[in-house]
Amino acid sequence: MNQSPSGTPLDVESIRADFPILSKVLHDGVPLVYLDNAATTQRPRQVIQAMVDTYEQHYANVHRGIHWLSDQSTDLYEEAREKVRALINAPSREEVVFTTGTTASINTVAHSWGDANVGPSDEILVTEMEHHSNLVPWHQLAQRTGVAVRHVPVTDQGTLDMEAFDGLLSERTRLVAITAVSNVLGSINPLDEIITKAHATGALVLVDGAQSVPHQTIDVQALDADFLAFSGHKMMGPSGVGVLYGRRELLDAMPPFLGGGSMIRRVRLDGYEPADLPAKFEAGTPPIVPAIGLGAAIDYLNAVGLDSIARHEHDLTAYAHQQLGQLGSLRFLGPPPAEKSGIVSFLFENNRPHAHDIAQLLDRQGVAVRAGHHCAMPLHKRFKVNATARASFYLYNTRAEVDQLAEALAGVQQVFRRRRRG
Amino acid sequence: MGPGEEEIYQEHVLDHYEDPYHRGHAEHCTHCHEDDNPLCGDTVSIELSIDDDGRLREAYFDGDGCCISQASASMLIERFDGKTVDEVRQFTADQMLELFGAKLTPNRQKCCLLPWRVLQSAIFSPADGSQS
Repeated sequence: MNQSPSGTPLDVESIRADFPILSKVLHDGVPLVYLDNAATTQRPRQVIQAMVDTYEQHYANVHRGIHWLSDQSTDLYEEAREKVRALINAPSREEVVFTTGTTASINTVAHSWGDANVGPSDEILVTEMEHHSNLVPWHQLAQRTGVAVRHVPVTDQGTLDMEAFDGLLSERTRLVAITAVSNVLGSINPLDEIITKAHATGALVLVDGAQSVPHQTIDVQALDADFLAFSGHKMMGPSGVGVLYGRRELLDAMPPFLGGGSMIRRVRLDGYEPADLPAKFEAGTPPIVPAIGLGAAIDYLNAVGLDSIARHEHDLTAYAHQQLGQLGSLRFLGPPPAEKSGIVSFLFENNRPHAHDIAQLLDRQGVAVRAGHHCAMPLHKRFKVNATARASFYLYNTRAEVDQLAEALAGVQQVFRRRRRG
Repeated sequence: MGPGEEEIYQEHVLDHYEDPYHRGHAEHCTHCHEDDNPLCGDTVSIELSIDDDGRLREAYFDGDGCCISQASASMLIERFDGKTVDEVRQFTADQMLELFGAKLTPNRQKCCLLPWRVLQSAIFSPADGSQS
């Protein structure tokens, strides 16, 4: 994760031509301006076609059939696993578990590792900027085991309070569960420092990579991360597939989470023996075609280049701050553009007009943004707001779209110009 | 606007949002209630002064949220200031949507009905220290 990404400029026009949905014309003939990429991204033809091809020519269940189609399907599914391994530089394919998404990945660790390893005298350290999916599983673990969940506060600038982190980290800390990039603030957390310090006190680190893996190069070995969770649908893959990376010795020692087919070596009427990795954590028929689609999305990401994507998003973020900053009474949440990812959350003074009204009126101009608490209620409470509007960028967005956003926002302000009832 | 979508940011809606009726606190509050819409975080609180005959002598609201929830609170308070508890009880959700006027999608209907829910609870919620 770096602050000033290199990489060649993107040919955004030809990228956009790969995404059928981006040429969609909405109500009243307005073109779609899709700026809700932190919620989910769109996918190129290449990903859609890979899934169509699988269903039309290669589909059967994996690791089961002694027949040609099952071999085909299994090969494609395992090829996708290898693509994920290479993307995050995991040492081996066995450490890459397919789940249904980031949420399922974090819940797997909370149940499997958590239930077996923590008790009332232990602590889990989270942060105030976590998505609910990296808070609630730990609250639930606390209910089951009595472990204490403590949180690292966020500064007024929207960065992690590292002094407080140092104070909170102790020999009681068993796990630090932290997002690489805030889905609201765009803040990029100093994972190297956090992981080094956590390991020095004997704590493990789970990285929520939902907002970082799709946008920046991440290397689990260089980082020395213990667990990494992310989703396919936020990186041009289909919904319904996600990844849990875990270091082999940790995954080996963890009991299975879900029980069923595939995750067993042998079943007796009075018990079972779990399968080896990664099958041990893939109970039931896995998301076969979504995983293959994710593999195609990784091919696409590699062809474009993550460094170029990061650079493009930095440019759009800086441009958005510049253009939106010219609107009176607009306030940004989070660090300045040079220090964050492609996420721009904002609100008007006194939250008037309100984020929901902003989103509803922007939609009329075809501009899709998120409004609300973005599954981060504690963070909004910390900034004393109940909702923000959020524009989030990806490789196919353009400066012209940022201009459309700024123009549409000026129109919103016009609707809510001061008035008195007659 | 989308096809067939009625304008929800009508003048009278915006008027109530920007220049609300009785946003504030009742001087002699006997009944009050506050609630939020957890999906979006909108909050509305209502303070009432109800006399022995069951009449709303004072009615005020406060809150934080979108144009729909705050404007509908203003319309509701304006409609029932000086009316009776019985009249409030007989006022249905459908009538609230009708009072608001603009046609709303199911998601935004929740915004509109938040103040109505709060008022229906407030008439049965004596304030601390109130004898009723």
